[in-house]
Amino acid sequence: MSVMEQDSAGAPARASLLNDPKARGVFYQLVLIVALVTFGYVIVSNTITNLERQNIASGWGFLENTAGFGIIQALASYSETSSYGQALVVGFLNTLLVAIVGIFFATVIGFVVGIARLSDNWVISRLAYCYVELIRNVPLLLQIFFWYFAVLRAVPGKREKWSFFFDSFHLNIAGLRGPKPIWEPGSAWIAYAFIIAVVASFFIARWAHKRQDATGQQFPVFLTAIGLIIGLPVITYLLSGMPMHLEHPVFVETGPRIRQGFELNVGFNLIPEFLALTVALSIYTASFIAEIVRAGIQAVSHGQTEASHALGLRQSPTLRLVIIPQAMRVIIPPLTSQYLNLTKNSSLAVAIAFPDLVSVGGTVLNQTGQAIEIIGIWMAVYLSLSLITSAFMNWYNQRMALVER
Amino acid sequence: MSNKILPLVLGAAMGAAATAAGATTLEDVKAKGHIQCGVSQGLPGFSNPDAQGNWTGLDVDVCRAMAAAVFGDASAVKYTPLSAKERFTALQSGEVDVLSRNTTWTMSRDTQLGLNFAGVNYYDGQGFMVRKDLGVTSALELSGASVCTNTGTTTELNVADYFRANNMPYEIVAFEKADEVVAAYDAGRCDVYTTDASGLYAQRLKLTNPGDHTVLAEIISKEPLGPVVRQGDDEWFNIAKWTLNAMINAEELGVTSANVDEMKSSDNPSIKRLLGVEGAFGEAIGIGNDWAYNIIKNVGNYEEAFNANVGPDTPLGISRGVNALWSNGGFLYAPPVR
Repeated sequence: MSVMEQDSAGAPARASLLNDPKARGVFYQLVLIVALVTFGYVIVSNTITNLERQNIASGWGFLENTAGFGIIQALASYSETSSYGQALVVGFLNTLLVAIVGIFFATVIGFVVGIARLSDNWVISRLAYCYVELIRNVPLLLQIFFWYFAVLRAVPGKREKWSFFFDSFHLNIAGLRGPKPIWEPGSAWIAYAFIIAVVASFFIARWAHKRQDATGQQFPVFLTAIGLIIGLPVITYLLSGMPMHLEHPVFVETGPRIRQGFELNVGFNLIPEFLALTVALSIYTASFIAEIVRAGIQAVSHGQTEASHALGLRQSPTLRLVIIPQAMRVIIPPLTSQYLNLTKNSSLAVAIAFPDLVSVGGTVLNQTGQAIEIIGIWMAVYLSLSLITSAFMNWYNQRMALVER
Repeated sequence: MSNKILPLVLGAAMGAAATAAGATTLEDVKAKGHIQCGVSQGLPGFSNPDAQGNWTGLDVDVCRAMAAAVFGDASAVKYTPLSAKERFTALQSGEVDVLSRNTTWTMSRDTQLGLNFAGVNYYDGQGFMVRKDLGVTSALELSGASVCTNTGTTTELNVADYFRANNMPYEIVAFEKADEVVAAYDAGRCDVYTTDASGLYAQRLKLTNPGDHTVLAEIISKEPLGPVVRQGDDEWFNIAKWTLNAMINAEELGVTSANVDEMKSSDNPSIKRLLGVEGAFGEAIGIGNDWAYNIIKNVGNYEEAFNANVGPDTPLGISRGVNALWSNGGFLYAPPVR
């Protein structure tokens, strides 16, 4: 009623407080806030009372106690005498590793398959289609078990191996082994050379871009950068007297059978749990990314391709310089969700014994009984990872967004 | 698995608040008409479901005996399969009334988790299983081995201690579920499978060729396994404790499910008190005086439960060993009913 009065009178009519939409809005919001605060208070106070009543210790002191259990893969220094806190850090780093490696491979496979899906070649496009439909319709946990248990049984046992790349990499049921670089004093220069090469490549790219804008002449930026990034550290390595050597895995073939196979902690080893998890996550997420990429490319009008061809650009530069930059605007927002999904799905690691944050946290939870604290840590870590990823992707999205001129 | 534990904790916050309102576990159990029993996800001989979903085992018999004591009906039990990791949270939150799941009695579990161990129904110790073709005869030869086990168990800590104490490098592969440990060990991912010795005998039955594997003689830890209840409810704690004691006392007094009716007219005062002919021991713990009679009649004494589930005539073929009565050279010794 009041709305109609406003319309006819042209000026807001004074209505009773009961009928005032603004007052009502404020009232309902207040009710909601009070309800939420009460709910939160009841939960928290109930939890505290019940913990006290059941004599369950709480607090963060347990993080400093000795963990006492082993972890198969630790990126930070860890032993059985380390604390629960350190164990959780190791778990967190493993989660981070899986997420980063998984996101990288999922993106690469996803883009390749997504583009292949649009290929004029019937076989390639059908293959990509089958990949997408097969992979995205099978539950992820099942795929992780497939890669872990089915593939694990297919590779040689602990006392045999498959070798490739000039006998420097070996695969068996205990993992993928390869040479590990051992850094000696003076090797810091190699790292500096690498950083200098990266920075130099960045400036060369900027300079080449400006030159192309000004003169139209192109510069082989990509090849130059590759040459710099690989070449400079190699030259430094040779000049500084080769302060690094490779530690090759040792395969024992004699002696008691239990000792045969690769020696522990010699050389570089990717454990099969990590391989299975990363492969499963990458392949699964890639099937979604492929569809996102396909949708993004198809969202770019076909006239763009024709215009590009009319300018004399071939298929490859057309895709690289005209289609994909425009498609990225459509691709990035859903791509962000897939990255977040992959990170969170990595917690399925617990099913195949990969010591990620959830797996290690679960062990700590069981040894200490600090359920609320551990679950708090889990939630905080996954929330922060998700927020950081989406903040980064939003920033990237803004950069890629169409600039209105 | 986090999505399994989270509801449990929220349940702990809210569900336990409901029980805090006053109802004791016994009142709760009587009101709902059954005991909710936390068991393993399938450990032959201890708690294992058959094709029809009926649970049997030594640990299951503890729950059945408690149901017999409270209701006079051993079938008034519902089972919740729990992983090693989930078990304590499930008990704390009130999701189960009793946890009878080959759980080791340790000081930290007894004192810091808000739980009480009601006794020991199986004295176990951690052992190692290996393939026979490895030619290993002692656990001290296991240097450099990869070891498969369950996560969230004392096993994980014991194996770390053992290898560290003997200065042997090792690689631990810890799974959430026992079935996955078995699958990974069977696939050859690990040289060694370690858990409680009873568990090794039980899980060996699940391997492709059980005969190719052997359990090493070394026992590296003390693992007294027993039923667990929540702290702070002494009435229910008493029922759990004395259910177990009644089964052990019945074996000592020679009372079995077959002869329990005639034993009622026995002249032995100990038997009279146990079976409720004399005294009012059942009422004192809030249940009927024929509580122990019901346990023995419906479930049997400890010996019957042992022989039916894990004894020499079962596929597990475990001898009584330290789990014999004290009078036969074992550890089982129950306080008297008087």
